[in-house]
Amino acid sequence: MSQSKVSYKTGDEVDFVIIGSGAAGGVMAKELSTNGFRVVVLEQGPYLTEADFGHNEIDVVFNHELTNNPKFQPTTFRKTDQDKANKQYSVMYGRCVGGSSVHFTANYWRFHEIDFMERSKVGDVPGASLVDWPIRYEDLEPYYTKVEWECGVSGLAGASPFDPPRSKPYPMPPLPVKGSGVIFERAAKQLGYHPFPAPMAILSQPRAGRSACVNCGFCLGFGCEVKAKSSSLAAMIPLAEATGRCEIRPNRYVHRIETDKAGRVVGAVYFDAKKNSHLQKAKAVVVCANGAETPRLLLLSKSAEFPNGLANSSGLVGKYLMPNSGAIALATFDEPLNDYKGFAVSRIFHDFYEMDVKKTGIYGGGGLDARFDLTPITFALGALPPGTPRWGSGFKKALNQNFTRTMEIFCHGTSLAVETNSFSLDPEVKDAWGLPALRMTFKDHPNDLKLANWMKDRAMEILDAAGAKAKWHGPIEEQQFAVHLLGTCRMGNDPKTSVINADHRTHDVKNLFLCDGSSLVTSGRGQPTMTVQALAFRAADRITALAKRGEI
Amino acid sequence: MNGPSTGRREFLMQAGGSVGLAWLSTQWPAVVAAAEHAHQAINSKTPVKFQVLTPAQAKDVEAIAAQIIPTDELPGAREAGVVYFIDQALKTFAADTLPTYQKGLAELNATASKKYPGVRQFADASAEQQHEMVQALSEEAESANVPARRRPQAAGGADFFQTIWQHTIFGFLVDPSGGGDRDYAGWKVIGRDPAHSFAPPFGFYDKDYPGWQKAMEAEEKK
Repeated sequence: MSQSKVSYKTGDEVDFVIIGSGAAGGVMAKELSTNGFRVVVLEQGPYLTEADFGHNEIDVVFNHELTNNPKFQPTTFRKTDQDKANKQYSVMYGRCVGGSSVHFTANYWRFHEIDFMERSKVGDVPGASLVDWPIRYEDLEPYYTKVEWECGVSGLAGASPFDPPRSKPYPMPPLPVKGSGVIFERAAKQLGYHPFPAPMAILSQPRAGRSACVNCGFCLGFGCEVKAKSSSLAAMIPLAEATGRCEIRPNRYVHRIETDKAGRVVGAVYFDAKKNSHLQKAKAVVVCANGAETPRLLLLSKSAEFPNGLANSSGLVGKYLMPNSGAIALATFDEPLNDYKGFAVSRIFHDFYEMDVKKTGIYGGGGLDARFDLTPITFALGALPPGTPRWGSGFKKALNQNFTRTMEIFCHGTSLAVETNSFSLDPEVKDAWGLPALRMTFKDHPNDLKLANWMKDRAMEILDAAGAKAKWHGPIEEQQFAVHLLGTCRMGNDPKTSVINADHRTHDVKNLFLCDGSSLVTSGRGQPTMTVQALAFRAADRITALAKRGEI
Repeated sequence: MNGPSTGRREFLMQAGGSVGLAWLSTQWPAVVAAAEHAHQAINSKTPVKFQVLTPAQAKDVEAIAAQIIPTDELPGAREAGVVYFIDQALKTFAADTLPTYQKGLAELNATASKKYPGVRQFADASAEQQHEMVQALSEEAESANVPARRRPQAAGGADFFQTIWQHTIFGFLVDPSGGGDRDYAGWKVIGRDPAHSFAPPFGFYDKDYPGWQKAMEAEEKK
C-alpha cells in the first residue's frame, strides 16, 4: 500500500515524472524529491510491502507475482533480424514498486576502471561495437560510495587486490560465510586465486530502521520480509515519500510519452488499473523503466516530430542489448552444507576480471562466485546431477541426499555490444492492453560464448580441487532469455552514435532523461545493478544542477 | 534449528532474539498481522472434499503422485497431501491444465484396463503395474522437459506426465503457505529445516571457519 503523503492531480504540472520505481527509479525519486522537486513516480506493478512477501515459490517463481507476467505481457524472440520472432518468454524484470531490486541476488561489486575505457585499451573487436564511456570510473566513484552508504552494502574494503580505488570503506562488515563460500575460498586459494567476501546489498547489521539479514533462505527471487535486502523499496522509496513531495503511483502502465510541436516532452500517458488512459503533466520526464521497457516506450511514443520513435534520431534506441554471459557449475559434497540457509553468495573472486587477450584470445572478463540460490522446488526441477532418475525411489533418494549437500559456482561475464542485438516492437503480437509486444533479437557474440566456456572450465577445476563428490555444469549455449537488460539506449557524446549524453539527457529532447540499465555502454562483468544505482545518484545530481540553472 | 511447528510467527519472535532489540524496535504491526494470518493458514486442516477432481480421478492422481515420490521410511507425495494441492491448483493457477489431466487420466485408464484385465482404473492396479505404466508415460514425455534454470515456467503444455510431475513436486515442496508440503513432509525428505530464520554456522564446512583474515593467513603458510 502506498505511503505517499502527497497526491498530485494529473493536470498539475509537476517538476518530474519518473517512469519506473526500480533500482534507478527509486534512487532518482529519493534524490530529486529530497532536492526539493515535486515528483510523481509511475510504476506498472503493485505497491507491495514486507507484509505481502512470503515464501510461496509457486506465486513468486512460477506465477510471476513480482515480475512481468508473460500471460499478459508476452514477449517474442528471434536470433537475427532475418527471422520472424516467435512468442517466447524471453525477458524477466521486476514489476512492482522497487522493481528488480526487490527480488535480486544483491551481488554488489563495483565496475572497474577497465569497464569504462576498454576500447582504448584493447582496440576494436571484430563483430562488436566496443566503445569507451563518456565518463570514467573516477566520475562514478563518489556515487558508488553513496550507494554503499545510503542503500546499505555489506563488504570488506581492500579484500580483493583487483578492486578499483575507493574513497571510503563499506558501512558494514560482510555477511557471514556459507559452506559454499568456505569450500570455494579454500580451493580457489589453493589454485592461486584471490577469493574475498562478496559485497552484498544486504544488511549484515541493523541500519536505518531495517533489520539485519535473518538468513531465512528465500532470497533470490523473493521480496525480503525484514527489509534486510537493500532494494529501492526498502532503502529509497520511504525516504522519497517522507519528503512529502513524492507521490508513488503504482499499477500505472505508461504507454506513451507525449510531446508538443516544439519537440518537448509534456508528460506521460498511462493506463490505470481499469485501463483508462491519463496524461500526467510534467516539466520533465525521467525514464527508469529498465533496459527493455525504456526503449519500448520510446518506440511506442513516435509522432509526426519523431517518426522513428522518441529520442531516436540515431536509430539506436533498443540496440546493443547486453544480457551478460555466464555459466553455472554445480557440485555435491560428502557432508551437509545446508547452503539453503542465508542469502545466495558469500565468496567471489575477480582474478579473471581482465582477460589477457593475447594469451587466451578472449576479450572482456568475468567474476566467479560461490552460491546456492535455489529454493526447494527450483532445486528439485533443475539441480540434480545429470542421469538422476526423474521419478520414483531413485529421484526421492537424490532429493534427500543432495539438497543439503549441493553448491554452485556462478560465472559472470562480459557481453560485447552488437548492433543487431536489440529490443524492438513486435509487428504482430500484442499485450493485454493492445500494445505491441516486446521483441528480443539476440545472438551472442562468439567471444562471449568462448568466455563462458573458459570460465566454466575454471569453475570445474575449482570444484575438482575442492574434492567435490560429483560435479557437472549447465550447457554453454546461445542465450534466449535476458535478465540483465543493458545497453539499449547507450550513453555517449556523439548524437549519431548514442541516445543520451553524459548527463543522461537524450540528445534529441531537452527535457527527457533516461537512466537505468539501458544507459550502460559496456556490460561490465555481470552484476550491473550497483552501477545502475551509482549512475542514478550521479544522474540525479546532474539533472538537479541543470534544473537549478534553468537549463531544462 | 527448531522443530517443524515453527511458523512465521515464531520466526518473527526468533528474529527478534537473534538480531537483538534493534530489530524488535523496527517490527511493524502489519507484518505481525500477516504472520498471524499465515500461521493460521498453515495450521488449518486441509479440506477433505475435492473441488475439481472427481473421487475416482483423485484416487488416480494420488496414486500417480505416489509413484513419482513414493513413501518409504520417509514420507512421500501421499503424506504431503499432494493430491489436495493439485485439486486446489486445478481450480486456481493451473486451471488451464485441467483438460490435460482429464485426457491423460482417461487414456491412462484405458491403457490400464486393456493391458491388465480386471483393472478398471490406474489406482486399482498393483504397485508393479502402476510402476510399469508410469514408466511408459515418462518415456513418452517430451525429452526437453527440464525447465531452463533461469527461466522457470509453470507447465502449461499438453503433456500429461510432464504436468503432473511438476505439480507433484510443487505440492511436495512448496512452503505450506502455498497449500502443499503438509506437515513439512516434503521438507523433511530434503532436509530443509522449516525454521524461518537461521544463525551461522549453517553446516559442516563453515563450522570451524576462523574468519577471512585468519583463513587467508593459514592458507599462506601452507
